[in-house]
Amino acid sequence: MVDILNALVLFSNFVLIPGLAYGAQLALGALGVTLIYAVLRFSNFAHGDLMAFGTMATILVTWWFQSMGISFGVLPTALLALPFGIAIAAVMSLFMDRAVYSFYRKKRAAPVTFVIASVGVMFILNGVVRLIIGPDDQRFADGERFIVRARDFEAWSGLSEGLALRSTQAITLVVAILIVIALFWFLNRTRMGKAMRAYSDNEDLALLSGIDPARVVMVTWIIAAALATIAGVLYGLDKSFKPFTYFQLLLPIFAAAIVGGIGNPVGAIAGGFVIAFSEVTVTYAYKRFLGHLLPENLAPDGLVQLLSTDYKFAVSFVILVVVLLFRPTGLFRGKVI
Amino acid sequence: MSFLIGDGMTGGYGSADILHDCTIAVEKGEIAVIVGPNGAGKSTAMKAVFGMLPLRLGHVRLEGEDITALTPQARVAKGMAFVPQTQNVFTSLTVQENLEMGAYLRRDDIRGTMEQVFDLFPILGEKRRQPAGELSGGQRQQVAVGRALMTQPSVLMLDEPTAGVSPIVMDELFDRIIEVARTGIAILMVEQNARQALNIADRGYVLVQGENRYTDTGEALLANPDVRRSFLGG
Ligand SMILES: Nc1ncnc2c1ncn2[C@@H]1O[C@H](COP(=O)(O)OP(=O)(O)O)[C@@H](O)[C@H]1O
Ligand SMILES: [Mg+2]
Repeated sequence: MVDILNALVLFSNFVLIPGLAYGAQLALGALGVTLIYAVLRFSNFAHGDLMAFGTMATILVTWWFQSMGISFGVLPTALLALPFGIAIAAVMSLFMDRAVYSFYRKKRAAPVTFVIASVGVMFILNGVVRLIIGPDDQRFADGERFIVRARDFEAWSGLSEGLALRSTQAITLVVAILIVIALFWFLNRTRMGKAMRAYSDNEDLALLSGIDPARVVMVTWIIAAALATIAGVLYGLDKSFKPFTYFQLLLPIFAAAIVGGIGNPVGAIAGGFVIAFSEVTVTYAYKRFLGHLLPENLAPDGLVQLLSTDYKFAVSFVILVVVLLFRPTGLFRGKVI
Repeated sequence: MSFLIGDGMTGGYGSADILHDCTIAVEKGEIAVIVGPNGAGKSTAMKAVFGMLPLRLGHVRLEGEDITALTPQARVAKGMAFVPQTQNVFTSLTVQENLEMGAYLRRDDIRGTMEQVFDLFPILGEKRRQPAGELSGGQRQQVAVGRALMTQPSVLMLDEPTAGVSPIVMDELFDRIIEVARTGIAILMVEQNARQALNIADRGYVLVQGENRYTDTGEALLANPDVRRSFLGG
């Protein structure tokens, strides 16, 4: 019995909780990708670097706050800086739209043209971020680090395995839930949100109804920038901020959006968790977990790790390929919001 | 002077003209019907009147005002409403959301208008929370007409509103359209079911290859032996 509890605690500590936090971060990222796809009808390859840009802006404001002695108590100062980071990322997105995408919209360019243009925007943002904050790792989390410490948990429960809950993990989940509720409320209850869904559903009829496409596009970019920045800041708080890592996040984020059915917000959330848990469970070493459950003589010698963490991106890639081969519309029927 | 007139419209989608000096007009409270063979340019004429097609020659006037240069959205704001032939509902939105989107430009209370639409099409009231994409063909057409009515237009343009519905549903829809016209709205409608449509039409246009072939009252067109032979199947 104690062994089973130990195994469960171990699993929660190294798979369940990290998977939930990572899944929430991917879900927020995938929501941004899916929204752009649904309304503007192209896959935005610059989304990872938009996350990096928004996070960088938030970090800079955080440092400024810290230098002025402003803090958020037990919570990270970055949460105070987040609205400013979002605003800066939104301005950048709208500028990029004005400077790049609006030109192709006027020409009614094919989606693939937009995708290539977004690769260009990706390189620009990429360069801007490295120019301003550099390519290195930045840690910007402050405030209370843990909600539950492994040692305290061991002492409290008497188990040999500890369970730790870092504040950043809890913050990630709480913020993600609030953001998702707010987004769905916006899309389903407000005039502008419904107009966005209508525009995504049937552009011509939306125009015939008097819906202003310029406003729809603008609001979509602002929301996408907000989602990207929030996802990036949560990821950075949870792990660390490094521009190249954010560029790499593009793959799991797209995998999440496509697995769920691109263009479908519910799908993006489900996809985020599918990808996160696949990655975490496949790269977790089950040696100790099995050691608790199996009789002594059967305990494994090796790490019992299916895939080294170095290959974690392969997981997203394989899932992506399998979904595209067997169910191209994703788990939930995609293409519209 | 007609309430709405597309006067001498000439133009097409690219270099080749589809419409040739085509004139379509409708009065308040009247039903004008455009009939003609497939590919005659009926839909194109509707799009031209609604500003979705650039005209090389000719004018569109509403209450005497030249609106040729206005965008479709601006025409919506002027009280025109259009139900396209295809893809005329938001399939992923509920019936009620479809109606709300129809009223997007209105800033006043739209509940009264929505109740009027539900009075006109009671089934829509029952299915108000259902996605429009899940409805039958006839119900979808009702959503499409309802969406267009939400702006409280003075002109309602319908491109084949009875396409793909059963004869019973068609009669039902025509009755509703007559009801709408009685409230003083001008109705301009393209119809495949030429005989039934001309029956309820105050004015009829027979279009062939983008030109006006016959223009008369609905009654006279139905009585005209040439029209009967060529376009009404005897
Ligand atoms: N979007 C379009 N682009 C180019 N040509 C078109 C388009 N729509 C219709 N046409 C052409 O215009 C002509 C008239 O079509 P249409 O107005 O749809 O006819 P009707 O509604 O009377 O059946 C046809 O020859 C058709 O091929
Ligand atoms: Mg047609």
